[in-house]
Amino acid sequence: MVNKTAAGIVAGGAVAAIAAVVIRRTAGGGQGSPGHGARWRVVTINLEAADVLPGGILPPPLAELEELIEVRTSPAPGGRGTELAARALPLPDASGDDLPGLIRRALRESKQLLETGELPTNEPQPEGHRPKTPAGLLVDAVTRRSPEEGVL
Amino acid sequence: MKALCWTGINKLTVENVDEPTILNPSDAIVKVTLSASCGSDLHLLGGYVPGMRAGDILGHEFMGEIVAVGSGVQQRQVGDRVVVCSFLSCGSCWYCLNDLTSLCDNTNPHPGLGEGLFGASTGGCFGYSQITGGFAGSHAEYIRVPHIDTGAFLIPDGVTDEQAVFASDAVPTGWMGADLGGVKPGDVVAVWGAGGVGQMAARAAMLLGAEKVIVIDRLPERLEQVRTVIGAETLDYSDGHVMAELRERTGGRGPDVAIEAVGMEAHSERPDYLYDKVKTALKLETDRPTAVREAIMAARKGGSVFVLGVFGGFVDKFPLGAVMNKGLTLRSGQQHGHRYIPMLLERIAAGEIETGHLATHVMPLAEAPRGYEMFKTKEDGCVRAVFRP
Repeated sequence: MVNKTAAGIVAGGAVAAIAAVVIRRTAGGGQGSPGHGARWRVVTINLEAADVLPGGILPPPLAELEELIEVRTSPAPGGRGTELAARALPLPDASGDDLPGLIRRALRESKQLLETGELPTNEPQPEGHRPKTPAGLLVDAVTRRSPEEGVL
Repeated sequence: MKALCWTGINKLTVENVDEPTILNPSDAIVKVTLSASCGSDLHLLGGYVPGMRAGDILGHEFMGEIVAVGSGVQQRQVGDRVVVCSFLSCGSCWYCLNDLTSLCDNTNPHPGLGEGLFGASTGGCFGYSQITGGFAGSHAEYIRVPHIDTGAFLIPDGVTDEQAVFASDAVPTGWMGADLGGVKPGDVVAVWGAGGVGQMAARAAMLLGAEKVIVIDRLPERLEQVRTVIGAETLDYSDGHVMAELRERTGGRGPDVAIEAVGMEAHSERPDYLYDKVKTALKLETDRPTAVREAIMAARKGGSVFVLGVFGGFVDKFPLGAVMNKGLTLRSGQQHGHRYIPMLLERIAAGEIETGHLATHVMPLAEAPRGYEMFKTKEDGCVRAVFRP
């Protein structure tokens, strides 16, 4: 049998580790960090450039940020499609606190829509009782933030 | 509908939950016929996998009947009797098109979690924590299946439910370990773990031409299945001297391919098992890699090691020196089942791969908490508890 106390400690530690890792701006692109505004965030889309930006038009998730970002594309090596990159424009007071997160989400969603035609989701879906425990609320928080976090 | 929910560490409850609905054009709803417990679920149950939320529905290995499809579904239709791969594949990204489907870029709604823990996100998986997307699992009457066209496979006539359900996960996972582990004709292969995945890895190695396959475990009923159903040799590690025994049986070389099918809660008679127990209790290590260490030390010079067991975090005393100095090839991965399942269903239908014996305890979903307890404690020779909603 698994020792419940030990397992609980491990689980609690692991959840805390997730929170620390996910909430931290792991790519060093948080607002105010060195190089903010200069770092390109990039996804590789398994399509030709003409299909990624047809007529130079941004995919809808990126188009919503059009006035705050600059975008570029380049061929991915090895026939892997097109690298789609975006970064914040150096505009004073224009970005709010979470433009890097919004760029991450927009790039990921652009790739998902272009490659599959839909966004992955599981809301709403069946679920059992969700008690509002500290650990549970922490999992909810990091899960909710995860589309805008990570190393992208 | 009824569903089996994780409600806390070592706590499971059958609850009344909403039925799933179609959310995306590629979706389908499957009425679950059989859903199997898996050894990797025990890591979730025990709290070893981060990102579990009370109320999560467990289960990722299942088969059933399609009862509704989304507007974009083209290949599958209502009434199809299908087995569904435990991992999701969009079928369009570079990873899916290169047969690395569990690494799919587009099926995990929570990419930041995997990127934070692993540096990159895996694809989505049913019933396997928020890290793999938080998708509701299959221990339920109905389940929503995204990308049904790529993830669901027609079950050939003559293949029973109890045989087909393991084509969802255990069979392709085992096959992948032998295939990507590089098993070739004439090889000697050792497999750590005689559970469902280990047995399927052993059978795969035999079908890929291995001349000798040795499966290592301590549970007599599982070792008996290996000998009588799979047709491989066995080694009871509780007798000690696994390393010496393997050398004796492999002409002093060690196995050409060492496949680890145990995972993060390995048990061992060796001192490093106690070391790992203490370190995990003190939060200084998250996983117990006892079988991985042994596989690396046992493999022959220039051989390969494939880690099939699930690991979620960080391990200690990893024998990197042995990997380097023996020139080993180390590979791993969650299962890329989509590349194998059609072929495996044909082999099951042809009698080349037997799977039904793994379902030692078939029971109603209402008894699933009891089934998991039996599975966890290996009570009554339980190899897999399988639930019929």
